[in-house]
Amino acid sequence: MIKGMAVTAKNFFGSYVSKERLPTVQYPEERLKPQENTRQFPFLVFDGDDAQKGLRCVACQICEKECPPKCIYIVKSKDKKPDYKGQAQIYPATFDIDISVCMSCQICVEVCPFDAIKMDTEFELSTDDRFGGLLFNKFKLAKSNEHYHKIHPTEATEVDGRLAEEKAKAEAKTKAAAEAKAKPAAAPAVPAAKPA
Amino acid sequence: METLEQIKARVEALWPNARLELIANESPSGQRSLLVDNASALRIAEFLRDDPELHFDYCSNVTGVDWPELVTQTKVKKKTVVDGVEKEVEETVETRRPEYLEVVYHLYSIAKKHGPVILRMRTENRADKANVPSLTPIWRGCEFQEREAFDLYGIVFDGHPDLRRILMWDEFKDFPMRRDYVEPDDYEYEPTPHDEVMEKAKAHAAQGGKP
Amino acid sequence: MSVFAEMPPKNYELLPKGGDADGELLEISMGPHHPSTHGVFRMDVVLDGERVVKLKPVFGYLHRNHEKIAEGTTYLGSMPYTDRLDYFCSMTNNWAYALSVEKLAGLQVPERAEYIRVIVAELTRLQNHTCLIGFFVQDMGALGTPLMYAFREREKILDLFEELTGARMMYNYMRFGGLRCDVTADWLARLAALVEGYDKFLDEFELLFNENEILLARTQGVGILSKELAINASITGPMLRACGVNYDIRKVDKYGIYDRFDFKIPLGEHGDLYDRFMIRVLEMRESIKILRQALRDIPAGPFMDPKAKLRGFRPKAGEAYGRIEAAKGELGFYLISDGSPNPYRYRVRPPSFINLTILEDMCLGQHISDAVIILGSVDIVLGEVDR
Repeated sequence: MIKGMAVTAKNFFGSYVSKERLPTVQYPEERLKPQENTRQFPFLVFDGDDAQKGLRCVACQICEKECPPKCIYIVKSKDKKPDYKGQAQIYPATFDIDISVCMSCQICVEVCPFDAIKMDTEFELSTDDRFGGLLFNKFKLAKSNEHYHKIHPTEATEVDGRLAEEKAKAEAKTKAAAEAKAKPAAAPAVPAAKPA
Repeated sequence: METLEQIKARVEALWPNARLELIANESPSGQRSLLVDNASALRIAEFLRDDPELHFDYCSNVTGVDWPELVTQTKVKKKTVVDGVEKEVEETVETRRPEYLEVVYHLYSIAKKHGPVILRMRTENRADKANVPSLTPIWRGCEFQEREAFDLYGIVFDGHPDLRRILMWDEFKDFPMRRDYVEPDDYEYEPTPHDEVMEKAKAHAAQGGKP
Repeated sequence: MSVFAEMPPKNYELLPKGGDADGELLEISMGPHHPSTHGVFRMDVVLDGERVVKLKPVFGYLHRNHEKIAEGTTYLGSMPYTDRLDYFCSMTNNWAYALSVEKLAGLQVPERAEYIRVIVAELTRLQNHTCLIGFFVQDMGALGTPLMYAFREREKILDLFEELTGARMMYNYMRFGGLRCDVTADWLARLAALVEGYDKFLDEFELLFNENEILLARTQGVGILSKELAINASITGPMLRACGVNYDIRKVDKYGIYDRFDFKIPLGEHGDLYDRFMIRVLEMRESIKILRQALRDIPAGPFMDPKAKLRGFRPKAGEAYGRIEAAKGELGFYLISDGSPNPYRYRVRPPSFINLTILEDMCLGQHISDAVIILGSVDIVLGEVDR
């Protein structure tokens, strides 16, 4: 038993001396720095400054279908707005996530084809409004790309790189199509269409 | 380990009255099972446990499955004579799978380290004749799992030493895992309703909210 | 004939009727809210003085009908729900489910993914057993200090998992045909450092307890389980091996790539509590061995089968039963598919639930305080018992 007491004593006095023996963090005065990969609840990414104009989400409803506890509710809009590639896309008129149901499984992030929904790291979200307080709508969920860079720097840089690449490809394609269209207009000596 | 056909042949040689059937399995796992009739199930189970070569002393898993009645209509092309001319006509053939509840046992052998052998037993119907013999006297480990199958499906195990509800509370009436189970309609607040839940929530709100 | 014939008659009217019984037998409900029952678990015990005469386990307080939820969700959507079965060992739950689906659909897993699966599974086993030996001595009255030492080590493993998957307990990491994301060389280096430090922690912990008279007196000869009863009652995992039966699914089924690793299976002799405790400590040392070998041999390569699909996954009609050696016993998943994106029947074979079958038999005749630590040694997690 003396041996046991020696171990306890080592741990007890050691806790004053070495950092490893003292794992307790005096929350909330002291907070641990969250890891980069931490995931809590989803948020919608928007590029640029305007939260609604730059929203990447195109209301394809894939995340809604794949969500296991079905906590996402999307209503598509009737009109369209241009996305980062310049094409006109529909956007979500309503995008609700009930974070009291959400289990932070990240499946919505994995299946989104547009990198529009990502995981946030904020967890101090308690509220005393039992029904509406934990239902996040589009405006509360939309956070800027800068915020995304701040919380997940490596992921955000990778996503930005991929999106820039796709944008460049799309621009190159439109340029090539425009040039192809311009060519026949400049040389009308092409033979006329054959009879069907 | 012997194949399922060999085991089936041995059992049929020992008890000619037993009716066994090999159920195929088309998935890549290839785990086929043996359907035994309820009257001889206890003897077959004891044979599987005590036979020196098979020695299935460990019942790993007992599962209840609900198969409601399924009527499928398939279109079949048949050649018939219509008005003196032979034509190919499409007919709809109805196949009916009767309703039953099924219990599936996965057996392994700890002594011989082989397995699994999968046994199945079916009840006659899902209403009043939902009885199968209990294999708890053979493998004690079936005790809690058969109680769970009774609790969630309503399969009555004859010969079980203590058949009562295990996961639901004792006064509960329905059988939750059945395919036709209707959950109680007391949604307090449905923030992100989808599909059937949306229909139910709308109907519920139309009736005036919480019960 | 069967061992069942020798068991006491199952008569669940707990208090015998009649005047003679008054003042002699005491019925206690160790109710669902109890610090020692490892979750919302209730035991109705009938005591004669301090000895247990009857014991009836009651559970179902955490029943969420996971199996029915899975019938309404896609195969991938059930993966986060499997995390919540045995909430201490999320990774092994995920692996058992992924294994069953891969058996059902015939998917292949690349080699690097198999090595990473072994690494995270053994880490899970380590942290589960660490947690368990902490809780075990806590149940015996050590009032928290050794538990906190155990949790301190467990935190290191959880930090590693958080870096890898993003969450501390609910990982949702395995996918059908591989993993969700790859590990970095950085992570592997940190893991190697952790593995080196773990032996030291185990030595220190053993120093606390190996010669402690209180532990020895309270656990040796208590809660004995015979070999035949254990096999007949479908007990698996460390409880079975404590009775002396050499059955470890990692060696029998050789799922994944476990046949490439060199590790021993510790076996007990008497089947009492002390054996179960020591087996878990020895299993931790074997897990550390496996981790070292895996870290040495892990190859480069893809972490996901390129043919596997995330969305629109529809396996062919059929059924499959896949099982692994989880930290608590044999965890199996039985899936019946009818070709649709949702499973037709989804069944979890829970080790904790089945290991509770002989709880009464082990506790009869023991003191009530021993009943508490016998329950602790069965190592139940209510998420798995109730699903």
